Amino acid sequence: MAQQHRTPIESGCPDGFQYMHPVMRKNYGQWKYHEHTRPGVLMHAAHSGDQVWTVKAGTQRILDVYSLRKLCEIGETYGDGYVRFTLRSNIEYMVTDEAKVQPLIDALEGAGFVVGGTGNSVAMISHTQGWLHCDIPGTDASGVVKAMMDELIDEFKNHNMPNRVHLTTSCCQINCGGQGDIAINVQHTKPPKIRHDLVANVCERPSVVARCPVAAIRPALVNGKPSLEVDEKKCICCGACFPPCPPMQINDPEHTKLAIWVGGNHSNARSKPSFQKLVAAGIPNNPPRWPEATAIVKNILKVYKEDARDWERINDWIDRIGWPRFFEMTGLPFTKFHIDNWRGARERLNASTHIRF
Amino acid sequence: MAIEKHDTPMIDQLEDGPWPSFISGIKRMRDQHPEERINAMANDLLGQLEHSYETRKGYWKGGTVSVYGYGGGIIPRFSEVGKQFPASKEFHTLRVQPPAGNMYTTEMLRQLADSWEKYGSGMVTFHGQTGNIMFIGTDTPGTQHFFDEINDYGWDLGGAGPCVRTAMCCVGAARCEQSNCNEQSIMRHLVNNFTDDVHRPALPYKFKFKVSGCPNDCVNAIERADMAVIGTWRDDMKIDQDEVKAFVAKKGRKYVVDNVVSRCPTNCMSLNDDDTLDVDNRNCVRCMHCLNVMNKALSPGDDKGVTILIGGKRTLKIGDLMGTVVVPFMKMDTAEDYERIVEIAEESIDFFAENALEHERTGEMIERIGLVNFLEGIGIEVDPNMVSSPRQVSYVRMDDWDDEAAKWFNRQAEAAAAG
Repeated sequence: MAQQHRTPIESGCPDGFQYMHPVMRKNYGQWKYHEHTRPGVLMHAAHSGDQVWTVKAGTQRILDVYSLRKLCEIGETYGDGYVRFTLRSNIEYMVTDEAKVQPLIDALEGAGFVVGGTGNSVAMISHTQGWLHCDIPGTDASGVVKAMMDELIDEFKNHNMPNRVHLTTSCCQINCGGQGDIAINVQHTKPPKIRHDLVANVCERPSVVARCPVAAIRPALVNGKPSLEVDEKKCICCGACFPPCPPMQINDPEHTKLAIWVGGNHSNARSKPSFQKLVAAGIPNNPPRWPEATAIVKNILKVYKEDARDWERINDWIDRIGWPRFFEMTGLPFTKFHIDNWRGARERLNASTHIRF
Repeated sequence: MAIEKHDTPMIDQLEDGPWPSFISGIKRMRDQHPEERINAMANDLLGQLEHSYETRKGYWKGGTVSVYGYGGGIIPRFSEVGKQFPASKEFHTLRVQPPAGNMYTTEMLRQLADSWEKYGSGMVTFHGQTGNIMFIGTDTPGTQHFFDEINDYGWDLGGAGPCVRTAMCCVGAARCEQSNCNEQSIMRHLVNNFTDDVHRPALPYKFKFKVSGCPNDCVNAIERADMAVIGTWRDDMKIDQDEVKAFVAKKGRKYVVDNVVSRCPTNCMSLNDDDTLDVDNRNCVRCMHCLNVMNKALSPGDDKGVTILIGGKRTLKIGDLMGTVVVPFMKMDTAEDYERIVEIAEESIDFFAENALEHERTGEMIERIGLVNFLEGIGIEVDPNMVSSPRQVSYVRMDDWDDEAAKWFNRQAEAAAAG
C-alpha cells in the first residue's frame, strides 16, 4: 500500500500581531515621534502617552541554537520576552520600562553581542551565504562580514556619521546582498572554464544560451559531444551561465576579485532612490580576513565622515562634491572601467560644461 | 565516540576580534551539543569551509529537494567534496516565512530552535535577504520531518525558484510614526493570496512583493521588488509650529536653514521670522527628509494611502532596474481597497506569467515590451506620474492621437464629476 503522506497546511505568512509586544499592538498606527536616546537605543512615543524603548544588537547572523537561546534568555530575564529581527539581521528588544534598558544592554554586551546600529551609524552588513551555503559563491560572505565588522565596530556602536551608512556584501555579481551606500561584491574577471565532457549531461543548453546577457554563448560540438562555447571577446564574465550549468566554472582562486561600489540609496529622502556605482576593483579575494577590501572601505568612510555635511548620505555627498573630487579625496584610481558602456550608458556621461576645477 | 576534529587554521582566525563569530557558533555545535549527529555535521561543515578558504572556491551544488505537496521552498545543497566531509554532504536549507514585521516571542523562537535541533544542524539565520527564516543544514528526510513539525504549529515554507517569493514589510505602524498604511496587512493580503504560486514554482522567474510604510522605503522595495507598495499621503503634512520653534531654539536657525529648508528637493519650505515653518504643500513630493529631521514637529497628513511601483530588480540579466510608478496613489482603508490591490497583483502576475521570457523579471519584460503594453495588459490607464519626463524620441506612430486625447479628457471629466 502506498505510504500516506501528510498534507501541508498552506498557512503562508503568519500574522505578526500574535508575537507583537502588547504596547506596540495597543498603539498600532498611533505613534507620534521617536528619539535616539543613545546609540543602539530608540524611544518611540505614542499619541496615547505610551512609550516603548528598543535596544538593538548586532549578531553573527548565522546563529547556532546556543546563541539563539542566549538571545532568548536575555529577552526573558532582562526584557519583556518580545523581539524583532531587522532586515540586516540585528535583533531588537522592546521594553516599556526605561529602567530595563541599561541592564538589557549590559546583558547583551556581556554575552558578546554588540549594541548599536541605530541612527547615523554604520549598519550591520547585509550579506549573502558565501562558501558556507551558496552554490555559486566567488568568495565567502559571513567571513568577509565578520572580518570587516571587527574593524568597523566603533562605527556600529556610535552614531556620529553624517547620515546612516548601509553596507552590503555579495559573493557573486548576482548581488543578492543588495544595494548599499558601500557594497563589497565579487567581480569575476575571466570567462568561464568549460568542462566539455560534463555539459551535455548536466546542462539544459538552450536555457544556458538564453541566460547570457550579451549572446556570447553558442551550442558547439566538442570532441564529438554536444557542448557549449563562449565567445571570449564578448563575454563580460557575469557568471549568469554558471547557475544553470556548473561545468561552466566562473569562480577562480586567482581571478575572482572583489569590487567596491558606492552611493546606493533606497530612500526617497532628498533625492530619488539611486543605484550603487563602481569605485574600486581588482581587490584580492584574500581569506580569512580580506584586509585589502576592509582598508578601502575604511578609507571611503573616513573621507565621507570628514567631508560630508549633516544628513548627507554617501550619494548626496558625492552629488555635491562631484565624482572627480571623490576619486581625488579617496585616492582611488579612475580607469576606463568606470565609464559605463552598458545599455543606456550615455545618460551617465557628462553632456554639459558642469565641471569643477 | 569522539569525533576527529578537522584542522581549521584559516577559519580559526575568524574567532579573533570583537564582533560575534559565526565560526565560534559552529564550533559550539561541534563541541558542546549532546547529539553526535550534530557534532559530526558541524565538524564536517567546518572542514569543508576551511577547504573553501584554502582553495578559494565553493563546493556546494544544487539539486531537487522538496517536501510532500510542494515544489519549492527548500534550497538543496549537496557537497562536491562529500567523501572528505560525509556528515555534511547533504546540507539543505529550509526557507520559512516569518511573521509580518519579523516579530517573535522568545517562547516561539525556543520552540523553533528545539525543532531544528531535533532534525537539522542547529544553524539558523533571521533572516535571508528574501525575508525568510533560513534553517541551514539538514539532509533530505530531515527537511520533511522538520517541516511537518513546524507546519503543525503555524509555520509554512517560503518560495525558492521561479515563483512568488516570501514578502517583506517594514516595522511600520507597529512602532513608527512615519507609517502611512497597515504594512503588515497589505503584505499578508498580497503574499497569502498567492500561496499556491509560492509553493509550486511555475512563473518565468521570481516575483517579489515588498511593502514600506513611507517613502524612506526601509525594506528597499523600489530597488528590489517586482511590486513595491509604498505608504504615502496626499493632503498637507502636519506641522506643530510650537515644536518647530522648539527645534529652532535648540539647533539654531543656521542648522534649520542648512539642513531642513535648503535640503528640500523641491524648495517648498521657508523659515519665517518668528521661527515657524511655511510649506508649499502643492509642490511637496513627500521625500521624507524634513520629517526625518524634525520628526516631532512634522508628520504625514491624514489622507493616507499607497503608491505602487512595478519592476524593480537587481542585476541579472540586463542590469539594475528601479520599479516604475503604475499607481500614483490609492487609498488602503476598506475591504474593497484591499481587493483592488490584490487584483492589481493578480493582473500583473498573470500578465508576467503569459508574456515574460524564461528567466526574465517583470522589469526586464517591461523594458522589452514597453510600459504602455504592460499597462494595457493589466488594465491601468496612463498617468503623467509614471514618467520622469515625456518622450524625447520622435520616432513613433501617433495615428490615434485624437482618440487617446479624448480618453484623457473623458477621464478628467469623470474624475471632476466624481468630486
